[in-house]
Amino acid sequence: MNAGRIRNLLLGDPQAARVVPPSGFTAHLTLFAAGAMAFLAVFALALSTASGRLADRWAEELARSATLRINAPADQRTEQTKAALAILQQTPGVASARALSMEEQAALLAPWFGADLPLESLPVPQLIEVIEDDTGYDAAGLRLRLSAEVPGAVLDDHGRWRRPLVDAANSLRRLALISVLLIGGATAAMITLAANAALAANQQVIEVLRLVGARDGYIAQAFVRRFTLRALIGAGVGVATGMIGVALLPEASDEGGFLTGLGFQGAGWLLPLVIPPLGALVAFAATLFAARRRLGELS
Amino acid sequence: MITLENVGYSYGGGDLLSDVSVKLSPGSFHFLTGPSGSGKTTLLKLCYGALLPTRGRATLFNTDLRALDRDQMALMRRRIGVVHQDCRFLDHLPLADNIALPLTVSGHNLADEAGNLTELMQWVGLAGRFDALPPELSGGERQRAALARAVIMSPDVIIADEPTGNVDWEMSQRLLHLLIELNRMGRAVLIATHDLALIRAAKSQVQARVLRISNHKLQLAGADL
Repeated sequence: MNAGRIRNLLLGDPQAARVVPPSGFTAHLTLFAAGAMAFLAVFALALSTASGRLADRWAEELARSATLRINAPADQRTEQTKAALAILQQTPGVASARALSMEEQAALLAPWFGADLPLESLPVPQLIEVIEDDTGYDAAGLRLRLSAEVPGAVLDDHGRWRRPLVDAANSLRRLALISVLLIGGATAAMITLAANAALAANQQVIEVLRLVGARDGYIAQAFVRRFTLRALIGAGVGVATGMIGVALLPEASDEGGFLTGLGFQGAGWLLPLVIPPLGALVAFAATLFAARRRLGELS
Repeated sequence: MITLENVGYSYGGGDLLSDVSVKLSPGSFHFLTGPSGSGKTTLLKLCYGALLPTRGRATLFNTDLRALDRDQMALMRRRIGVVHQDCRFLDHLPLADNIALPLTVSGHNLADEAGNLTELMQWVGLAGRFDALPPELSGGERQRAALARAVIMSPDVIIADEPTGNVDWEMSQRLLHLLIELNRMGRAVLIATHDLALIRAAKSQVQARVLRISNHKLQLAGADL
């Protein structure tokens, strides 16, 4: 179907819309279905974009850092730390390496043991933060060298626990996108049902129109235009309500973790604005399909 | 203009019509009679393409009915004015819009046709009923409105199914007069009716052929009607 025919279907003869009786439960059903689905789609999109951001952040932050743990007796810890730092400075692909201070290590343990942990009296290993450059380092080679020269060193490149987290965040994003698709499909199904009900309820109107020489396109136009506009209006209201709901969610914070970052950011706020035209497009296709099938059954 | 050649129509395993041949030429006037359930309405539907024959050949304006797609069929129907027995209208639209419906669906600008519409409504005696809704009309008004809607596009053929079925004698004479007037303008007219008095009245004013359906077949009725 070309653009001209679509334009005619939506904007063509305004008289065509008048020939079909205006009221009926299908009007309310379409408005409600489009509004509710658009509302849900906003939240699914928010979840999708938030989990996408999370996956990207985890992948980005964790992929570029590693931790070297020095599990040495207290009298050798400083020596081995210096040796490990020297090796790291010589290792290609390592951008920087630094030993964490006592305060930094205490801060890392604070969520579990409290802020006033006497770290110096505990056999806590020394941690070295390793930041890699764009080329990355050879983790297996580095481990081999460290095992020979710094026996108490254990390299943790975070891959072991980073991958499942990133996978989980990506799965969440995929699920949210699938939800958006399912919402679109459910909207199409509901509008098809509503359009079929409207077409069945107006069977006599359709017969009269056929009798006086109306083409199928003219008859379909009256229904398509009506359902498309209803879906557009319903989805518009649903999106507006959904965006207000998302805007009222708590701001992202470290304390709140993932659950407080469930919103849109920056240009992401424009994304839900695609939903009403998409909803209208779905309604257009669903009603056209229903109208053609129904009209094809008539003589 | 409309020709049925050896047409048959079966429904539910039985023949409703068999070997029917009829030709509606410009300026012809035909009555179709027969008992209830004999197939008069079916024959009319075959004439305006609402049904396809199961046997034989039907042509509308020299085109085989089977060769027409749905859009072409719609265009053909604009050349045939149909008056249904039950005068189907769109109950939510005012009478003037109902009568103008063939113009509306064929893309005419109603503002340009306002003069013609007014004249037509006066001609059928409905000048004061522009804004009336169909459920508010009497039986006679509905029949006249249906006739007005059937002729508003100046069709080549007018097919009417019991157009005087729900009206008194005076009104039926008025409707007949309208149809005769249209016939004198060159339109082919086919009327299905039980009303023998109406046929006699018409035959005194116009040269009309009377066809009768009997035992699923079409016969030329006797001249004594």
